Amino acid sequence: MKKILFIEDESAAQKTIGEVLKQEGYEVISALDGEIGLRLAQTNKPDLILLDLILPKLHGLEVLKGLKENEQTKQIPVIVLTNLEDMSGIEKALETGATTYLVKENYNLEEIVEKVKEALKKFK
Amino acid sequence: MVFRDFFSQLNLFVQSKKAGISIWQYPQFLFLVMGIITIAAILTTYAVGIRYVPEPEVVVLIVLVLSAILLIITFTITQSFERLVEANRMKSEFVSIVSHQLRSPLSNLRWSLELLMSGRLGKIEEQQLDYFKILKDNSSRMGELVRDLLIVSRIEQGRVSFKNQEASLPDLIQGVISLSAPFARASNVEIKFEPKNNLPKIFSDPSQLKLIIENLLDNAVRYIKEKGEVKINLVKKDSHFYFGIKDNGVGIPKEDQKYIFQKFFRSSNILKYKTQGTGLGLYITKSLIEKMGGKVGFKSEENKGSTFWFSLPIK
Repeated sequence: MKKILFIEDESAAQKTIGEVLKQEGYEVISALDGEIGLRLAQTNKPDLILLDLILPKLHGLEVLKGLKENEQTKQIPVIVLTNLEDMSGIEKALETGATTYLVKENYNLEEIVEKVKEALKKFK
Repeated sequence: MVFRDFFSQLNLFVQSKKAGISIWQYPQFLFLVMGIITIAAILTTYAVGIRYVPEPEVVVLIVLVLSAILLIITFTITQSFERLVEANRMKSEFVSIVSHQLRSPLSNLRWSLELLMSGRLGKIEEQQLDYFKILKDNSSRMGELVRDLLIVSRIEQGRVSFKNQEASLPDLIQGVISLSAPFARASNVEIKFEPKNNLPKIFSDPSQLKLIIENLLDNAVRYIKEKGEVKINLVKKDSHFYFGIKDNGVGIPKEDQKYIFQKFFRSSNILKYKTQGTGLGLYITKSLIEKMGGKVGFKSEENKGSTFWFSLPIK
């Protein structure tokens, strides 16, 4: 079973997106802040990481940087899922190594699942 | 370096653009104008005074008193302008911050509803589904209002960015028509669009263009009472594209026509029977088109229908 690490502090998002991913057959590991997220990525080695940017303790971009600088986690594909949609933020995230940048407002649950499946297929 | 900064501070036109407000509302510019008027008034008084009043001391006294009065008036007026501009800026920022914060809870609502209505968590009874639909429709309404408010505050704060590229206007229009097809069908409205072949590509921001066309098409379909028809046409003339959209809907009453592009304005005849709608669509449409170097206008007759048009430069 593929493992997905979901780093997001909004419990409603964790519950809804987590539930759909679980029903699609993925194991979902939740992290409610950036520090825990980075730690769990290193210990659990997920197949994909869903990352929000506005996080307590450590900002999403810092988490992304940390993931890409660590030998053990730099290969894991990261999908950024956030409400921020300014161009410079998007460019920065993609430059730092995010695979995809999704603005929460523009996606429903089924579409997010599609993006997860796409990324997992691409980065087998 | 210092000189350039100093001169750029003096260039009031540049500064007012940076603040996102017109030069005639920019306090420093108004102060300059008032200063010029004040000096002119003082010199005129002096010239008139020495011509008609025999004692020079009296003239000087009159001039001094007049300058003092004018200075006080000028100061008061520019102070109040500055307060107005500041209040406007704070209002816009407030709307922007609140709208942004509403996005997370709205996404949460949307996803929870999607999950429930998908049946993944168990079958939903027919009667329950009706109420879920109410939840969904109303959270969509809130989402649209928030989205529009964010666009409006970006426009007001001068933060709209355009990512220009080559795009095909006919394709964009077709795309919007396809997206609106279910709504049009449900409203019993037929949309007609026959683009000419060989129209050149436009160099512009496709997502903003889409938004403009969506706004106009939504209005055209929405305000048709019974069976209706919406005709879209697109022509190229010289260096501009001309887009026109004609509907046979309820039209805009003559007395409301001059307010139609204002924020939150909704005409009296539609308020009577269709209370939904943010009243922001046309304000957004006009602001975006003008920022893109174009013009927008309409003609309308109550109970007959409206024709809205806009023109945009090809490059």
